[in-house]
Amino acid sequence: MKKSYKIDVDCANCANKMEEAAKNTAGVKDAVVNFMTLKMNVEFEEGAEVKAVMQEVLKNCKKV
Amino acid sequence: MNKKQKRVLIRIIISAVLVVAFALLPLKGYVRFAAFMIPYIVIGYDILKKAFKGIINRQVFDENFLMAVATVGAIALGEYTEGVAVMLFYQIGELFQSYAVGKSRRNISNLMDIRPDYANLETDGEIESVDPDEVEIGSIIVVKPGEKIPIDGEVVEGSGMLDTSALTGESLPREVASGDEVISGCINLDSVLRIKTTKEFGESTVSKILDMVENASSKKSKSENFISVFAKYYTPIVCYSALALAVVPPVVRLVIGMQPLWGTWVYRALTFLVISCPCALVISIPLTFFAGIGGASSRGILIKGSNYLETLSKVKNVIFDKTGTLTEGRFEVAEIKPVEVSEEKLLELVAYAESFSSHPIGKCVIEAYGKEVDKTRITDVKEIGGHGVSAKIDEYEVSCGNSKLMHTLEIKEELREAEGTVIYVAIDGKYAGYILISDVIKKDSKKALDNLKKLGITKTYMLTGDAKKVADKVANELGIYEVHSELLPENKVDIAERIISSQGANEKTAFVGDGINDAPVLSRADIGIAMGAMGSDAAIEAADVVLMDDNPKKIAEAIKISRKCLRIVYENIGFAIGVKLICLVLGAVGIANMWLAIFADVGVMVIAVLNAVRALIIRGE
Repeated sequence: MKKSYKIDVDCANCANKMEEAAKNTAGVKDAVVNFMTLKMNVEFEEGAEVKAVMQEVLKNCKKV
Repeated sequence: MNKKQKRVLIRIIISAVLVVAFALLPLKGYVRFAAFMIPYIVIGYDILKKAFKGIINRQVFDENFLMAVATVGAIALGEYTEGVAVMLFYQIGELFQSYAVGKSRRNISNLMDIRPDYANLETDGEIESVDPDEVEIGSIIVVKPGEKIPIDGEVVEGSGMLDTSALTGESLPREVASGDEVISGCINLDSVLRIKTTKEFGESTVSKILDMVENASSKKSKSENFISVFAKYYTPIVCYSALALAVVPPVVRLVIGMQPLWGTWVYRALTFLVISCPCALVISIPLTFFAGIGGASSRGILIKGSNYLETLSKVKNVIFDKTGTLTEGRFEVAEIKPVEVSEEKLLELVAYAESFSSHPIGKCVIEAYGKEVDKTRITDVKEIGGHGVSAKIDEYEVSCGNSKLMHTLEIKEELREAEGTVIYVAIDGKYAGYILISDVIKKDSKKALDNLKKLGITKTYMLTGDAKKVADKVANELGIYEVHSELLPENKVDIAERIISSQGANEKTAFVGDGINDAPVLSRADIGIAMGAMGSDAAIEAADVVLMDDNPKKIAEAIKISRKCLRIVYENIGFAIGVKLICLVLGAVGIANMWLAIFADVGVMVIAVLNAVRALIIRGE
């Protein structure tokens, strides 16, 4: 399953790091952060709890 | 500027004024330190906070950390002015960058301003403005002059002109009348149209295009990936080098019995840190691709990703499909092959026989004949449904039509099989030859190939199912390098395969088709370009690059845009890394001071960003 989120990133390097962080979150199959359109596309693993996973992604991204 | 940017601007102004003022005042010792801490905190508190957060979260190496260490270090060495100035210029650079990025973001969304906000739904004679998403297939919508068509459909009432420029980059308006298909995103210019929708909003052209363009920059190119990897290793390497620069030379000097000069070397290490900031690279490359894709879409060229833009710039071979790509798919007399009569006579007789017919094939024969038809010479016209027509012209009994008609006339001659349409003719029951009708070359095709040649792309191929003779004629006229005719659809893939396997290492092959029955080749080629995609879903799905109108000149234009974009990317990579390396070396040996370091960081970034924005400017013909 795929979902798109609107995000706020300051710099392109941070976007790359957030992408890394999101990818390494459990339940996320793939993630792409698009700095230019300020969007994050997340592809979830089969059967993953979207809300819980996103919270985890958010937590990991905050660290960046 | 948005609120956040304005706040930064105010902070910049305040701290700049303070720094200049304090630098002029004859302050000494702790007072001087305390005074300079005010502008430093004003301008740098968020950077310091981020750097601190980074250390706690063990994400140490980023720009914030570099800047924090460099400025704190400079202040510790007593270089207050420089410490604050570095922070100040860093913030100016960041502000400029976020302004430039925001600006191009807006520019590009303006270019793609085709999203309709509402649809005028007609129910029981009442018109209501609703969200396009809520309109079901088969509903009637009303589009007034000046409004966008929100959903694909068919005109049921009204006629007028449509402005398709937002979709195709074509400024000439298109005429529509009742019964015509219209696609969403066009602007209705002059009259009220009632349209019966044939698709849902989400499936309509406008939604598909927006979706494609918005997701295009998510598909990363090799150069973008290179930069992410580069930044990942670069910052730690620079930090450790700076540490080494601060520690190793003084220690060595101590060992060999010289003065250690700690201050000098720490200063050099700090200069090193300021220079090394990777932001110019990291920002300018995705910005260039984004601007390039945005600029191209304003010309009706949709590129599905940065990676395709990169591939497009390396195209050396272009394979064309013939029908619908280089030719109109519209018909014209191509060949007249008479038996025992003259060419003119045959054409004249067929034109006369067809003169009462409204069939498009008949019409193009009359057009080819070009003279006034004297209808008094024709008697006894009979249309034979599904076969052709027969008529008595002067003293001749003329029958013309397809092979079935010839069979009913018991004509024994072997009839020529051809891909185009053939009108066979019999005079007085005897076979008299045929007229071959085939496709017209598009008026821009010749120019399109000339433009490709100008770009150094000489290996152009044409694949077609048409007869060799017809294909050769078209190819000759256009100056095609190699023609493959009389192909079955599956042969096309084989030939594309052969061309791709014969190309050089860094060369790519593009296939251009109209997307109707060449999906396999479109996906096999390194890059598939679909033309005339207005309304054709299959093409949008299968191709990597979609040309919204069916003008073949856009191919050369797309390649030109991609090359310009890549040139900018390489310029920026070369320029930024080059300047930084030179400054790093100069900093390490002590020639460059912190002021030069600030230029190497902020100056390079500003220049790289301005260069990147250039990709947005597309010069038309």
